[in-house]
Amino acid sequence: MTGLSKNFGSLEAVRSIDFEINDGEIVGFLGVNGAGKTTTLRMITGFLIPTGGTVYVDDLNILDHAYEIQKQIGYLAELNPLYSEMSVYDFLEFIADIRKIRGKQFKEALARVVEQCGLKGVVHRTISNCSKGFRQRIGLASTMIHDPDILILDEPVTGLDPNQIVEIRGLIKELGKEKLVLMSSHILQEIQVTVDRIIIIHEGEIVADGTNEELMSNFMGNVHLTMEVKDATIDSVSNIESAIPSVKFLNSEPKNGHQILHLEYSRENDPREELFKFAVDSKWIILSMNPHTANLEDIFRSLTVTGGANA
Amino acid sequence: MRNIKTIFLREIRAYFNSPMAYIFLVIFAIINGYFFTNTFFLINQSDLRILFGIIPIVYLFFIPAVSMGLIAGEQNTGTIEIITTLPITNSEFVIGKFLAAFTLILLGLGATVVHFITLVYVGTNVDYGALFSGYFGLALIGAAYASIGTFTSSITENQVVAFILGVFVVLVFYLMDKMLLFVPSGLSGFIQYLSVEYHLSNISRGVIDSRNLIYFASVVGFFLFLTVQSIEVRKWR
Repeated sequence: MTGLSKNFGSLEAVRSIDFEINDGEIVGFLGVNGAGKTTTLRMITGFLIPTGGTVYVDDLNILDHAYEIQKQIGYLAELNPLYSEMSVYDFLEFIADIRKIRGKQFKEALARVVEQCGLKGVVHRTISNCSKGFRQRIGLASTMIHDPDILILDEPVTGLDPNQIVEIRGLIKELGKEKLVLMSSHILQEIQVTVDRIIIIHEGEIVADGTNEELMSNFMGNVHLTMEVKDATIDSVSNIESAIPSVKFLNSEPKNGHQILHLEYSRENDPREELFKFAVDSKWIILSMNPHTANLEDIFRSLTVTGGANA
Repeated sequence: MRNIKTIFLREIRAYFNSPMAYIFLVIFAIINGYFFTNTFFLINQSDLRILFGIIPIVYLFFIPAVSMGLIAGEQNTGTIEIITTLPITNSEFVIGKFLAAFTLILLGLGATVVHFITLVYVGTNVDYGALFSGYFGLALIGAAYASIGTFTSSITENQVVAFILGVFVVLVFYLMDKMLLFVPSGLSGFIQYLSVEYHLSNISRGVIDSRNLIYFASVVGFFLFLTVQSIEVRKWR
């Protein structure tokens, strides 16, 4: 998509977003509440018309070819609206019918989504009598009934219990092997374990885009190492920087007759081995050594709390 | 075409899966039955003129009630998001909805056939032509009102608002004929042409003129067109 933007009156919900996704990719759309995730997904699915820019699916423009694009997309909306007076079977049949999946084809598709989404036993229940977790799975089943090439899932795991989350996660990963999956979430851990690529959106703009590892290396500072040592003399401690150039000595503090050393090093050259040798040479006894790397959560926080663009 | 049928069948099922359809049909039958039989045996005439006079008035409230949830309900529960992101055009959606409401109205009208049967048994010199054209006119007016109700249902997500607006617009169409006195004489012909009563009276007299048919077709077409536009407009906000 190119230069996608959406204004609600004077509110700019999404400002000129650009990204490209390919088949077989699971992309996570991450952002705090109100960042513009849902608005972006709604523009991709044709529920909203962009104020500027457009969305392309296989060279088809959403503004001119919404109908063709919608055939290829399965979309699970954020609030997962369902016709609650219908039975699960009737609802799925209704959706399948509009998707032109009928008769024998429908029976097969139904069996597939019932299996995939764990709907066995509730197929003939009325939707309003289903729990939140089941409703979520019914929604998911309805988005997959036509075996779409593109799945767009807006917060797919909200309201599920931990076991169900693991199941749905596995399902999404399985589907992502051949399909394009774009899912949104404001829960970082969720995104981190499920997707191949993360797009962090903040105040309607993309502030980061990359794989888990890429984001880590791009946005992470130095590694902070805390060492607890015994028998460290002040002299030997002050020598540490000259002995191992890649290490920066921050400070030291005494604790129960031991020394706590705070060191810092850059991520590329890990000096822990040299540190160990140095400690042996200086006759220190290492009691513990704990590196702290910034995790994705820190990155997310720094990007979305501080405004982010220049982080 | 197939999509219209899918939407239509879903909507009909929704009507009959809720108390809505039953309440509508029963109360519609009771009210019409009361006003009809009240005078039928007193006036000693072998026609359904009284019934045909009452039904348009009962329609004023019943049709907006039948149609108020059609689209407002979908907007309220958010299911409109399912529909607009499925490969189905807005026109198919709107026509399917409209036909469902219209079908329920026809069923209500069908329930009044019992009075027709009474008439056939007790009456003499029954004018079947007039009865047929009377029912035909009532069906047309039902279609026109249902299209208005479909439209008012599409401009809000609140069913009560949809109902009140629906009653208002339907009332305007109904009363237009009776307000001709207050209209400048140059406009009165035009206003009269717009009024539902004017066309209905022609048809119930047994004159089925293409002008009257075109009128009802245009009212239905116009309001369904507005409905499609009003759904489309939501995407642009």
